[in-house]
Amino acid sequence: MLAKLYNMNDLNNCYHCGENCYNQITTEEKYFCCNGCLQVYLLIKENNLCNYYDISDNAGITVKGKFSGEKFAYLDDEELISKLVLFKNDNLINVIFSLPQIHCASCVFLLEKLHQINEGIIYSRVNFQKKEIFVSFNPKLVSLRKVVETLAFVGYEPNISIQDTIENKNSSNVNVAIIKIGVAGFCFSNIMMLSFPEYFSGGLIETNGLKNVFTWLNLFLSIPVLLYSASSIFQNAYAGLRQKDINIYAPIALAIIITFSRSYFEIISGIGAGYLDSGTGIIFFMLVGRWFQNKTYETLSFERKYQSYFPLGVMIKKDDKEISIPVNKLAVDDVMVIRNNELIPADALMISKNANIDYSFVNGENSTQQPAIGDLVYAGGKQMGQSILLKAVKLPSQSYITELWNNSVFEKNKQQKDSFVHPWSRYFTMILFTVALFAAIYWSVVDSSKILNVVTSVLIVACPCSLLLTSTFTFGNMMRQIEKHKLFLKNATVIQSLADIQHIVFDKTGTLNSQQNTSIVYSGIQLSREDQNLIRSSTAHSSHTLSQSLYIHLNDKTTDHVVEMVDDYQEYPGMGIVSNAVDKKLVLGSRSFVTNAVSLSKVNSAEVHVNIGNQYKGYFSVKRPYRKGINEVLLQLKTRYKIHILSGDNDAEAKNLIQILGNDVPMVFRATPEDKLNYIKQLQADGKKVLMIGDGLNDAGALMQANVGIAVNDNNANFTPASDGIIDGNHLVELPDLLNYIRKNKQFVFTGFAFSICYNIVGLSFAVQSLLKPVVAAILMPVSSISIVTLAIILTNWASRKMNHKIN
Amino acid sequence: MSALFILIGCSLLIAGSFLAAFIWSIKNGQYEDDYTPSIRILLDEEKNKNQNSNTNTKVKLQTNAN
Repeated sequence: MLAKLYNMNDLNNCYHCGENCYNQITTEEKYFCCNGCLQVYLLIKENNLCNYYDISDNAGITVKGKFSGEKFAYLDDEELISKLVLFKNDNLINVIFSLPQIHCASCVFLLEKLHQINEGIIYSRVNFQKKEIFVSFNPKLVSLRKVVETLAFVGYEPNISIQDTIENKNSSNVNVAIIKIGVAGFCFSNIMMLSFPEYFSGGLIETNGLKNVFTWLNLFLSIPVLLYSASSIFQNAYAGLRQKDINIYAPIALAIIITFSRSYFEIISGIGAGYLDSGTGIIFFMLVGRWFQNKTYETLSFERKYQSYFPLGVMIKKDDKEISIPVNKLAVDDVMVIRNNELIPADALMISKNANIDYSFVNGENSTQQPAIGDLVYAGGKQMGQSILLKAVKLPSQSYITELWNNSVFEKNKQQKDSFVHPWSRYFTMILFTVALFAAIYWSVVDSSKILNVVTSVLIVACPCSLLLTSTFTFGNMMRQIEKHKLFLKNATVIQSLADIQHIVFDKTGTLNSQQNTSIVYSGIQLSREDQNLIRSSTAHSSHTLSQSLYIHLNDKTTDHVVEMVDDYQEYPGMGIVSNAVDKKLVLGSRSFVTNAVSLSKVNSAEVHVNIGNQYKGYFSVKRPYRKGINEVLLQLKTRYKIHILSGDNDAEAKNLIQILGNDVPMVFRATPEDKLNYIKQLQADGKKVLMIGDGLNDAGALMQANVGIAVNDNNANFTPASDGIIDGNHLVELPDLLNYIRKNKQFVFTGFAFSICYNIVGLSFAVQSLLKPVVAAILMPVSSISIVTLAIILTNWASRKMNHKIN
Repeated sequence: MSALFILIGCSLLIAGSFLAAFIWSIKNGQYEDDYTPSIRILLDEEKNKNQNSNTNTKVKLQTNAN
């Protein structure tokens, strides 16, 4: 099955990866775009795994820009291996890799057949949603490095990071919460069943001691709920009390203790059946609410540090030999060898020519820079082109970008904002105690034997847990609704922080600019149609991203798709291409390559210069345009929020932005990562609540410092820096509507509060009259919990439907 | 009425065994990945179409440095 055709031209699509074949390699009437794809195909075929291509279209992953032979050499380091693996003995190593390339059923098929490709691999299992693979292999037959190289060879190069491995090792906490809910649910429903006869029998149950059996069974069934399921509620309450703070868990814990102790007292002394069904029910509903609220996104990480971006190993040159060392052993003055597509792990000085460094990782800008010998190159840049030599001048942890992480912002966890529900629970508790006190005074006059009964009844029936239920279900469901618009939040407290935002700070590059589209503008001497054809035919041969965007640009412009024969085609990585067609010599590439002029480094946009037949024609500048619809979004946001724009770039765009936004929007250009962080700090010092929206590593500090930091992500496989939320770039235009929706959260929660207060008034009116029978509590409790939960979900869904309607 | 004692015992026993099964299934990791099995079930184990008889090209895993 051939992959879908992308362009309406005469190029074939690669049988393996489906991309256009510029250099056609054919075997068995199948076309391949490069030798790498062919090699993978042959390997797959040799191992009878050709189903790979039948299961889904576009199965293969392009292997362009393959890794070099020594790239994973650092995986031979024993110390590193023991940090990466989950389990290790002489005959078996278990390890989990994250493979962001996993995208279809074919991937699962191929990756679970790794044992057929390499006999040292015993077993491999894919988790599709987490985009992870679990591999067991025999270290006597195959090394960890070889396993990784096998994966990389077939196109699935793992993201290797020690941080992720540690997260993987302690991920079992979620299961404990679910088991607790299971136990509570089991005990609650059985206690409920055993309580029914008591409620409906009208005293008949007393015969044969059945009542005793039922109540004692209830007592035993409630013990695991109290001691196991409810333990986290007590721990939270205790943690709050130790910090001299009465959080919402303290009154709940008190209510639970009173409910259970009074019930146990009644059962043991044989005077009643107790309120165990209400008590266990409350715990069950609260645990379910918390589980509902604590939704986690398996493929997203909100905690990435720079270590996740940087390689674990680096090649250095020592005594004329190239050796691979783990990055943390890199010393100042070491000479690093950085190959095509590799990241520079530390600030360094250039000591060889032909550097072509792409900083898109750091600042979201797509142009490359060509530093000369002796220039300083910053960590985080990626070399595109031939190998280069660099001399480290700083340690990886102290480089320009990584130094940001030494800032104290990253040391402490962002202060967990106290939910606005907590103060309300405090008022609620105070009112409750007042009611209990007055009831006690009244009964001390009327009938002092009932004081204890009344006071405990008041505390049992009016538990603030309905406040907690309202907020957990409202926030939990809101998170699910905004998730449909590809805004993922780290946790529920972010919703409340987002609702309080007054200022929004945007990063320009990569955030306001689109990362996917390019706009190409030509300036210089008018190009004839033949010239354009010549350029188009030549760029068809190059796999460089600039050549490809230029090819697509020119292809869209012309109607005839004549491809000229190109002779003497030569590509100089990181510089340009030279070719000969129709007896004309074409030179295409960077300014220095085409014009021999000294490169004016730090150009704002990527430029491709053209020289045809020894005559300099001009250049194409490739820019990232603003995202579609972003103007309206900014103007819409401006009516409610104060907008700021920070940019690491020069101020070339300033005029343009002022034209769009008006001149009352503060803009800062040439901001360093540290500047961005301090800008946010400054705003906060004035008491402002700030939302930062950014994408690159250089925004990491500002994202961390802001009250809410949202990272923009255009490609699911990409990392985003540590943040409170992640939004898909295509959905950024929906931000104003999403914020409107989020601002309604208080409204919803207070509606729920009002409802629960009605129930509480009914319950209390029974309790203060000393009329609270277990059956009353047993009816009131589930009815109030369920109706509050339903109300929260109906309200949030209704508002979300309105929002969807507006967006579409 | 005494039959009730036995029946209640039975019901608790059955319900308890379901709880035990639930806890076991969680600890066993059955809920950890609820998507991949749906793909895996569609993949045929071995599908020998005899189409590979004419290929003797032995490909070794080689990583060509560029």
